[in-house]
Amino acid sequence: MDYLTLLQILDSTLRLATPLLLACLAGLFSERGGIFDIGLEGKMLAAAFFAAATAAVTGSVWLGLLAGIAASMVLSGLHGLASITFRGNQLISGVAINFLAAGITVLVGQSWFKLGGRTPPLIGGGRFPEITLPFAEALRDVPVIGPFYAEVISGHTILVYVALLCVPLSWYILFRTRFGLRLRAVGENPAAVDTAGVSVIGLRFAAVAICGLLCGIAGAYLATGLGAGFVKDMSAGRGFIALAALIFAKWRPWYALYATLLFGFLQAIALRPDVLESLLHFKIQVQLLDALPYILTVVILAGFVGKAVPPRAGGEPYVKER
Amino acid sequence: MTLMKSLMGAAASIALTAGMALAEPAIIFDLGGKFDKSFNEAAYTGAKKWADETGGSFKEIEMQSEAQREQALRRLAEAGSNPVVMTGFAFGNVLGEVAGDYPDTDFVIIDMVVDAPNVTSVVFTEHEGSYLVGYMAAQASKNNTVGFIGGMDIPLIRRFACGYAQGAKAANPDTTVIANMTGTTPAAWNDPVKGGELTKAQISQGADVVYAAAGGTGVGVLQAAADAGALSIGVDSNQNGMHPGKVLTSMLKRVDVAVYDAFSRGTEQPGGFSVLNLASNGVGYAMDENNAELVSAEMQATVDAIADKIIAGDITVHDYMSDESCPALSF
Repeated sequence: MDYLTLLQILDSTLRLATPLLLACLAGLFSERGGIFDIGLEGKMLAAAFFAAATAAVTGSVWLGLLAGIAASMVLSGLHGLASITFRGNQLISGVAINFLAAGITVLVGQSWFKLGGRTPPLIGGGRFPEITLPFAEALRDVPVIGPFYAEVISGHTILVYVALLCVPLSWYILFRTRFGLRLRAVGENPAAVDTAGVSVIGLRFAAVAICGLLCGIAGAYLATGLGAGFVKDMSAGRGFIALAALIFAKWRPWYALYATLLFGFLQAIALRPDVLESLLHFKIQVQLLDALPYILTVVILAGFVGKAVPPRAGGEPYVKER
Repeated sequence: MTLMKSLMGAAASIALTAGMALAEPAIIFDLGGKFDKSFNEAAYTGAKKWADETGGSFKEIEMQSEAQREQALRRLAEAGSNPVVMTGFAFGNVLGEVAGDYPDTDFVIIDMVVDAPNVTSVVFTEHEGSYLVGYMAAQASKNNTVGFIGGMDIPLIRRFACGYAQGAKAANPDTTVIANMTGTTPAAWNDPVKGGELTKAQISQGADVVYAAAGGTGVGVLQAAADAGALSIGVDSNQNGMHPGKVLTSMLKRVDVAVYDAFSRGTEQPGGFSVLNLASNGVGYAMDENNAELVSAEMQATVDAIADKIIAGDITVHDYMSDESCPALSF
């Protein structure tokens, strides 16, 4: 495998890891706040649809992004209402959101566009353009680093950079601000937070709202950054891989970046069976690579590599007094 | 009371005439959906053409999950629809079980052979059509590298890939054919993002013509190819118009003709199985104003000559499904 091929695989890795990273961080905020969320998939799907639909109608990808975020946050609000206000089962609410999103996107899409739940293909301003970072072309001739910068780092849509920036930002918010401390506390011991006079309900809703925001960006990236329009079920299980990545990352922002990059890399290398074959000298089944993220997660959960301890109060609705 | 009675009577007579009259035909679309711009949409076009011409109406069901197949078949058969047409190989097993329970209903299955007295099977020689577009792809390729992206990894899609590779190698023996499948589950028909990434990966390996036989995933393939300035080849329906000037041609599989014929025959289905091939115009390649500039008259003449040779039997295109192997491509 030559250097250029490696760069192309890494380039693809970054593109494929971005929706996983955003969804993983979304789940991170929610679960750190004590709300399990298996509705990441559904929120991404709804966001993808409304982003593509709005971008197709208005021709503006930015309005599409806003619509995607709004759709995702509405579903988040629903999840919050069910699991925080009404103290319902968080897993069931998440499953319901997945079903709701899978159905409603196709239904609304069919009634708006009459294309069988698809949106028209996006053109021009309806998609996020690829950004060439400054000096990318000038530095291309610098050995090793130059092509890496030009091929892998440069030339992505703005949402990829937003996603990458979200990692230090999440770390800072969670571990260096008062809000972050309270958010983590509410996922570990909500009674203590309540005793300190801070609203558990408010904090948990904030966590769920941030989750909706990030899922919205992830969905919009799928439909208007990576793709050019919505196709039914286009999230194709990425929300669940993001959940696996979250466990793999042990609910930490930087580890989330590494985990999603690893999973993205596995997906990217699965696209190039020829490279694998020339490296390993035997044929490896693509299906195995597709399954690896899940296998790795099971290994982690089984406690072979370190220990993944979820937030202690996760999944339990907070009741002040019984 | 009298009003009620007459209403009931009217309803009963309507129900009776509906039951006797015949027999509205019905069609079941496979996963991927009625408007996939490809396989199922071709079936819909045929059904609609029949409805427009005869003024008749037809029932339709779109599959949403694997589990619905049997339910949909039984529901239509019990509602008296006749014939019941279904698109897709995946109905094969289910139909084999269900057909015997409804001996008075005629079933027509496309893309699969089911051996039952009341089932008519229609299959296409996709390898022949794919051979033609493979030939064109190799002629249009400047890097001597062409790509193939399949949907779900099933023998039928390998038949497309195999015919394509044979055609490409026949046009230019030095041509490299890169073949990828999107996945092994039905989700592979609806993953344009992965389709797009596969296309980018193939283009980075030098492919400059990419053939998508992948249902809804193909939307992402054609898009990624158009974005990167490469050519693409559509499948089943004429997809040349999706990116005018960027889609070299489309491998036509006249599912619309099959459905139209099945509907027109009504309850007089021949049974057995029929093969729609190049000779009967069941497969072919698409030319229209969108790709007129991409395909020179010379190129078209060559391909038409090849088509004639296949029809005459001078060229035999190997069918992957006959022995599960392909001389021109290893999977």
